[in-house]
Amino acid sequence: MCQTCGCALTPGKAGAQGERADSRGAVIDVLQNLLAANDQVAMHNRAHFDEHGVLVINLMSSPGAGKTALLEATIVALKARYHIAVIEGDLETDNDAARIRAHGVPAIQITTGTACHLDAHQVHRALHELPLAGLDLLFIENVGNLVCPASFDLGQHHNVTLLSVTEGDDKPAKYPVIFRASDLVVLSKADLLDVLQDFDPARAAAALRALGRDTPMIHTAARRTPVIGPWLDWLEQALKAWRPAPQGARSRIAAAVGA
Amino acid sequence: MRYARRVHELSVCQALLTQVADIAAGRSGAVVERITIEMGPLCGLEPALLASAFAIARTGGCAAQAELVIESTAVTVDCTACGARSLTASNRLVCAACGGFRTRIVAGDELRLRRVELQMGQLLRESAAN
Repeated sequence: MCQTCGCALTPGKAGAQGERADSRGAVIDVLQNLLAANDQVAMHNRAHFDEHGVLVINLMSSPGAGKTALLEATIVALKARYHIAVIEGDLETDNDAARIRAHGVPAIQITTGTACHLDAHQVHRALHELPLAGLDLLFIENVGNLVCPASFDLGQHHNVTLLSVTEGDDKPAKYPVIFRASDLVVLSKADLLDVLQDFDPARAAAALRALGRDTPMIHTAARRTPVIGPWLDWLEQALKAWRPAPQGARSRIAAAVGA
Repeated sequence: MRYARRVHELSVCQALLTQVADIAAGRSGAVVERITIEMGPLCGLEPALLASAFAIARTGGCAAQAELVIESTAVTVDCTACGARSLTASNRLVCAACGGFRTRIVAGDELRLRRVELQMGQLLRESAAN
């Protein structure tokens, strides 16, 4: 399947663990994750990223929370220091990819049609159009949706979920799976907090904490005069913490997935 | 597009049927009678949507007549502070004993193929009888 990297990537086989059979039939106990095939490709993608020293962030949110706007402001702030690329998941258009390209960084568009999420196979195909060599930071902008993207590992190193203050502050309680999977929650459009009295950041933080994780939550405002300092600090920390990944660990991962 | 995906329940069904087909392959004439999966409330899928997606996705394959049995698991967390195990709601994964929020999910996020039951076709039954 993977012609660029020459890997022998095949969907995972179900591993039968026990079988009882007679002349009428057989009962086979399996116990295999239903997303094993996706997870295997995700692991393969991650091995590619690690091999090339690229930190990969999966950005998720509901539609219109400001993922692309945050990326634009991030690119403006960081492109002098880091080589950045973006994989854009979108239902129909390549409008978001065009917005990213206008800032002079490569953007690969995955048009998902009516599908509600990106999966590891789609990202893997996109990687064949995107040279990873020399990149520092790759953002995957997932399809705007707080339900489906949570179930599919893409090979990213971190999940970041945006919660815009124009939404309800109880979103973490309504969508526990995606918020629990997040390494960072970004309260976007925070410059509107003054006029949107209904959104209480403390309530959002409490709902997030009730999911059993000490997930950090930061505020951003990406439009007009962008205020995204805490987000840039988090990214810098993530880059610093991740960079010195030992070569040995990378080769072990690569060997494990046959890359 | 090679992979038709509309709701993610449908993509998961296709992954499920691929795994089942792998198991049924090599047992020629075998018909899949029943598929049992384990699902927890934190797996990110709706059991009812998965069941209706399954009714569409199974068409024409080795599991065309198969029944899908969904076994639900309960959300269970272990407290990393006091060690207590609690049954919790999906969006309140805190320790019932000490109220601590540093917990580890031990059940409730499963999405697993548990069991496949096959019925042997006429040919296999004859060869088994001989």
